[in-house]
Amino acid sequence: MMSEIKTHVDEPSLELLRNGDKAEFAKLVDMYSGKIYRLVLRILGNQRDAEDVLQETFLNAYRSIARFEGRSSISTWLYRIATNEALMAIRKQKPQVSLDVEGENDRGDAINKPYHFADWCCLPENDLQSAEVKSQMRDAIQRLSPALQTVFILRDIEGFSVKKTAEILETNEGVVKTRLLRARLRLREDLSEYFGKNLGEVS
Amino acid sequence: MMIKHLNCHDLLSSLSDYIDGDLNADLCKELEQHLYECPNCRIVVDTLKKTVELYQHEEEDATLPDDVRMRLFYRLNLQNFLKHD
Repeated sequence: MMSEIKTHVDEPSLELLRNGDKAEFAKLVDMYSGKIYRLVLRILGNQRDAEDVLQETFLNAYRSIARFEGRSSISTWLYRIATNEALMAIRKQKPQVSLDVEGENDRGDAINKPYHFADWCCLPENDLQSAEVKSQMRDAIQRLSPALQTVFILRDIEGFSVKKTAEILETNEGVVKTRLLRARLRLREDLSEYFGKNLGEVS
Repeated sequence: MMIKHLNCHDLLSSLSDYIDGDLNADLCKELEQHLYECPNCRIVVDTLKKTVELYQHEEEDATLPDDVRMRLFYRLNLQNFLKHD
């Protein structure tokens, strides 16, 4: 009865995948599609585009798995394809948005100085977790440039290490750290502005 | 190299490492000394930490909606492998 149930799920076999084994590819899809969908939904902010990108990601993976050399893990490789597909979708939607590699040109200068000093960190959890706050947070993420947004989502929301985030984005750890700091500061600024208004404080 | 007194601006570039617990001990001590003296920086650090925490809590479950999964399998021509788990 228990014989078919495994205690942990094995990574699909790269050899089978490279040979075009469909059952093995289906296994890969089931293992990662939920995570990939959640990631691209966060980057794109709407379900229709997220679903398109999800499908393009696995189509692309299926077409190119024979050439995958295994220098990174399968998951890093898949997340890289997904991130690139999501960035291409953004470029299609908003051709004016800069996807510059260094991410240095988004909204002006390097590190913005903090501007809002509302002290909201110790508000009751109910106030911090309200639906309105969550919607503020989602909007704030969408306002980040794609370069900052992808780093923040991969590192802070998905919880990948700086190293893995750098591998997924094919950049170095220093760039990830700089972008992460800038993303975090901007998001803090947005939340501080919001809470500052709600606390009735002039920040 | 010794860093004598951190000012608010010096502190800024170390904040991420600080809240991740990755800042080296000397710099950490300097930074905390500065925080002790500078209420605004203390607020920035506290609210920055909280910002990251709030986003981390946002973590939702990674289950693919059934209809999205079905369309994905059809698109990939894998519909024969659509079993419900």
